Parts: sequence; structure tokens; C-alpha cells
Amino acid sequence: MAKKTQKETDIIFYIHRFNPDVDSKPYTQKYTIRVEPGMTVLDGLHLIKETQDATLSYRFSCRMGVCGSCGMLLNGRPSLACNTQILDITMKNLTVAPLPNFNIVKDLVPELTPLFEKHISIHPYVIQNKTDEMLDPTGEFYQSPEELTKYLQFSYCIKCGLCMAACPTLATDSEYLGPQPMLQSYRYSIDTRDDGFDKRKKVVGNTHGVFRCHYAGECSNVCPKGVDPARAIQLMKRELVLDYLKIKKHRSTSFIMGKPEGVKRRPEIPKAPPFTVEQK
Amino acid sequence: MDEHKKYPNKLGIIGWLGGGRWGIERYLYTLHRITGLGILLYFCLHIFVTSSRLFGMNAWEKWMGFFKSPIFKMGEFLVFVGFAFHALNGIRLILIEFGFAVGKAEEPVYPYKSSLNTQRPLMVIVMVVAAVLIVAGGYQFLGFVH
Ligand code: SF4
Ligand code: FES
Repeated sequence: MAKKTQKETDIIFYIHRFNPDVDSKPYTQKYTIRVEPGMTVLDGLHLIKETQDATLSYRFSCRMGVCGSCGMLLNGRPSLACNTQILDITMKNLTVAPLPNFNIVKDLVPELTPLFEKHISIHPYVIQNKTDEMLDPTGEFYQSPEELTKYLQFSYCIKCGLCMAACPTLATDSEYLGPQPMLQSYRYSIDTRDDGFDKRKKVVGNTHGVFRCHYAGECSNVCPKGVDPARAIQLMKRELVLDYLKIKKHRSTSFIMGKPEGVKRRPEIPKAPPFTVEQK
Repeated sequence: MDEHKKYPNKLGIIGWLGGGRWGIERYLYTLHRITGLGILLYFCLHIFVTSSRLFGMNAWEKWMGFFKSPIFKMGEFLVFVGFAFHALNGIRLILIEFGFAVGKAEEPVYPYKSSLNTQRPLMVIVMVVAAVLIVAGGYQFLGFVH
């Protein structure tokens, strides 16, 4: 990492461009802008779009590292453009390319569909055997703080796809599930409210699943949310091995805490307003 | 949107080699694959050469003489280097893949620490042992060349 400077500096952006209607392959275009301390790469791209080239395409939304739209390859490292200050990573040249391992839609816009499809394939939601309870809840599922900690870290994922772009296995095997979906399979399987391990193991335990990971670890390095996919994947492998050897500890699903009994509603709490849509 | 053509942008095998700001474990991953393939190649050669004994003593001695040259001694040493690395790094990977040395899930607090930090001491130990083996082996092999 370059030393932080407090001075304004001219930075040359080498931006990968690709227009599917005209170009047969991507090319690089050069832009020079004056960068102030604190300016993010996304700010830089905005400045270029406003003052130099309105045809530049990139994707963003929240501009504060929450939505996961602005993933790009910045000087060879998958990063969020809104979360990366220019002068933190360069004093001179900055190469901005679209996230690798995804098709390019236009310029810096990757097609994230495979990420979402793979994510959906691992059943990323709490699966309950007690279907009645799911349809007509009678209370809350109990979960201790320790049980929460087991998956909380992995639930911070914003689906930005940086980990998928950094993964060397995904770089050569497009059917490989990739860090994000495999991480989610662990996040849900370890949740004490969930009974879906058997369903998920069929997806993540196959040839393009977790056992293709050989811990290059780059997913965890680039994750902007500290989610650590590499850790979740290894822990998922352990679960699968224990399950295969039939020594996986049986875990019962959280019990249901019914409504509190013997307490009165405090008078200062108003009643809920009437429904605005018809109830079935 | 689907009627537009899109440009495939896979990193591919070139992506294994470098060209990015990657961490050390990603390079170990590549090295592990390369040494694995190298050992496989050696294994095939080995089977081929030792099977020459089937065609009589002459064939055997011809091949054995051929492999006495310093180039092949060097090659053999490289196989040893590859093997030492692959075996020791492999032990690290097996441990990690069984969920050891990667730590437990924890609340991410910036600046983030990950399982890579947790397993790093193991990685360093394993690499030091590999280096010691390689140096010791090099001593032996070079002794032969002179
Ligand atoms: S695990 Fe991290 S890098 Fe991967 S999609 Fe989620 S937030 Fe992005
Ligand atoms: S714009 Fe939302 S994460 Fe960067």
C-alpha cells in the first residue's frame, strides 16, 4: 500500500472499455484527473464521466460499501470502488478493470447472474421441518448468543462478487460454485433454526462444490465485509466429512418460545393500527 | 438484455500465475498444483524407465547411463524440491480442510482479520520445514554432482 499523501495529485486512470455493439474485445483508455485526498475510485469515475467521457459505464448504488454493486479490479485486486480511496492504492497509475470470472456486459459492468444463480442453488434460507410452524408461527425460535456467533460473521455478505473474482479455482472451472454460495451453505446449515443440511449437502458436496477449494484464501483477503468465506468453506468441509463418517453430532432444532404468559400489555403502548390490506 | 453479446472475462490459468495484488496463500495454491503435475510427470517417466528392464539388461543400462548426466541430477533434485513442498503443504491443506487452524467464526471488526491470519503460523512452520528439507537434500544431491 502506498503511503498516504495529503496533497492533490494527478492520477492516470487506465480504464478497460468494452462496448458490445461495436468492440470485439476490451481495450484500455487513458484519463488523467486531479485527485484530492479522500477521493474514492468511484468519485474518480464520476469525475471522469462528468467532465471527460459521458459514455463510460459502471455500476454503483449506495456509494458506501453496502449494496455491493461497484466491485471492480483495481490495480489487480478485486475491490469496491466506493470503499477504496485512490491515494491509498496508488500515487501515479490506476488500472480499473471489470471483475474477472464474470462476463462483461459493458465497460466496467460485470454480469453477476451466475453468482445469484449459484447462490439460489444452495437454498439460502432457513429450511424447517416443522412446516406448520413456518406457515403459522406460534412463537419465536430460541437461539443463544453463542449459537448466533456461529453464523453471524457469514451473514454480513453483501453479494458483491469480489470473492468470486479473486478465486483461482473459479478462474478455470465455471461450474465451480465459488466462495460466496458455499459460504452461504454453511451460514444456513449451522443456524440452529435450520434443518436443511441434508438438502444442501447434495449441492455443495458434489464435484464442483467445496472439495474443489484448496484454500488459496484470496476470497477472504478481498472481502470488503470481513466475512471470511474461506473459513466457512473449510468448516463446511468438516461438517460434510463428519456427516459422511456418520459421526456428525446430531443437533436438534431450536425450540419455540411461546408468547410470554401472565403479563399485561402496558397501557401506554398503543394498539397496532388496523390492517390496510385484506387478511386471508 | 440477453440479446447483447457479452465478453467472457475468465482469469484462466494465467490468473493462477499472478498479475494481481494477491496474498501468499494464493501463490502457494498455484505452486501446489505445479509441483503436483511435476511429480505426476516424474512418476510417468519413472514407470517408463524402470520398465525398460523388461527389455533386457542392455536397455536398462542404456537408460541408466542416460540419466547419470548432471542435467538429470538437477532434474531429480527439482523433483525432490517439488515433493518436499507438495508433501508438507499438503499436510497443511489437509489439516485446514478438516477445519483445523482456521479458527471459529467471529464478529468482523475493522481492520478485518481472517482465517488466513489464524493459519499463518502453521503455514510458516510448514514452509520452514520444507526449506530445511530442501537445503539438506540439496547438500546430498550437489554432493553427487561434484
Ligand atoms: S463473501 Fe464478501 S466478497 Fe464475497 S460476495 Fe460476500 S461480501 Fe462480497
Ligand atoms: S456503490 Fe454500493 S457498495 Fe459501492
